[in-house]
Amino acid sequence: MANRFHVATRKGLFTIHRGNAGWAIERASFLGDNCTLVMHDPRPELGSEGTLYAALDHGHFGVKLHRSVDGGVAWQEIATPVYPEKPADYVPKTPPMEGQAYDWVLKLVWALSPGGSEQKGRIWCGTLPGGLFFSDDHGDSWELNRPLWDHPQRESWFGGGADYPGIHSICVNPLDPDHLTIGISCAGAWITRDCGQSWNCGGEGMRAEFMPPELAMDPNIQDPHLLVQCPAEPDALWVQHHNGIFKSTDAAGSWTEIEEAGPSTFGFAVAVHPKNPETAWFVPAVKDEQRIPADGKVVVTRTRDGGQSFDTLSKGLPQEHAYDLVFRHALDVDDSGDCLAFGSTTGSLWVSEDGGDSWETVSEHLPPIHAVRFEKGLL
Amino acid sequence: MPRIRFTENLQRHVACPPGEVAGGTVREVLEAYFAEGNRSTARGYVLDDQGALRKHMAIFVNGAPVMDRRLLADAVPEDGTVDVIQALSGG
Repeated sequence: MANRFHVATRKGLFTIHRGNAGWAIERASFLGDNCTLVMHDPRPELGSEGTLYAALDHGHFGVKLHRSVDGGVAWQEIATPVYPEKPADYVPKTPPMEGQAYDWVLKLVWALSPGGSEQKGRIWCGTLPGGLFFSDDHGDSWELNRPLWDHPQRESWFGGGADYPGIHSICVNPLDPDHLTIGISCAGAWITRDCGQSWNCGGEGMRAEFMPPELAMDPNIQDPHLLVQCPAEPDALWVQHHNGIFKSTDAAGSWTEIEEAGPSTFGFAVAVHPKNPETAWFVPAVKDEQRIPADGKVVVTRTRDGGQSFDTLSKGLPQEHAYDLVFRHALDVDDSGDCLAFGSTTGSLWVSEDGGDSWETVSEHLPPIHAVRFEKGLL
Repeated sequence: MPRIRFTENLQRHVACPPGEVAGGTVREVLEAYFAEGNRSTARGYVLDDQGALRKHMAIFVNGAPVMDRRLLADAVPEDGTVDVIQALSGG
């Protein structure tokens, strides 16, 4: 079972360690700065225990990336993905949903993922406003994936919860690292099987109530809040979508909607068991106009039969006047599938060591939490 | 030569000491400063991917805010002072 994870918050990055006295905050980094995402790369290429990457959004000064090869003791600023020069005469062929063409400027690092175990130095980075970048030198330099950026359907992507479209999920198939499935708000799931040389939008099945009825099933307008892949069975994918929960068992070739899941099918986060694709966890909220836990009770919902039924798990979680919302990257499960952690917009952080049956509070006083990520081993 | 100064808040992230660099426009002054001593990291804190002034940054020349935030074509006198500061709009 994991004994360390990292929590990216509005006011810094926190490392949580399980010692003799239980789970506790071991270290704070970047205190006062907006740490929007953290990634642990388990490959022992730079540091023997892997490498940590942290994304910061300095607001005035833009988005930055930092790297640590000693578990987060020391950090070094590394290169930031930079969008290419926008041609002066560039006019979008598709009218932008936002009413005006957006700048080709990095707005947010919204996804980070290591490449395959044999792809030395490879890191994938999803961003707002919709660019997918890659590095082959551990983030010392970045390149925009042009086949996806130049894809004619890319211009019709639009923002979901943000002013710009963004890539928030990058699933690298552990059995075939040239096979990526990425989640985009709003553009559904996109797939490459040749390491980004060509892309296609995933199959039908997701449903978007927020669009006119005749467009509701269009795969390229969907708003998956997060897309996750079962490492042991990579064809199995789960999506927490703006309009509910969806799963695929054919590598995003098609999607099935899960219509009942405890108090709500709305939410942002989802985690799938690393070995059992039938088991997944969600943190529900009242759908989308309110975004608070139903009845002020924080719960986790869990299916262990592929979405046919759900347990509503509340032991150890606040059940009265709790209004914690859990963002899309703020729930994670470790390599064993037994240890989970999630954090909320109101700075609460919980851990479970029994697959979600019961929860322990680590803190109720952290800054708003963007992301929770376990340190994991090589697949 | 024009003088250039940066907000103290930037120094916490990347060193930007005051300097004197040649240039007749804000663009020329900034690029000359960033090229000096390989300050490409600092450049990314002030200018965005397209080379425009970041949304929540501001530049003053002799106390007057620049008009051209994209091309940074505002003139800088030979004895001018360029101040690079944070705009409070950014929070």
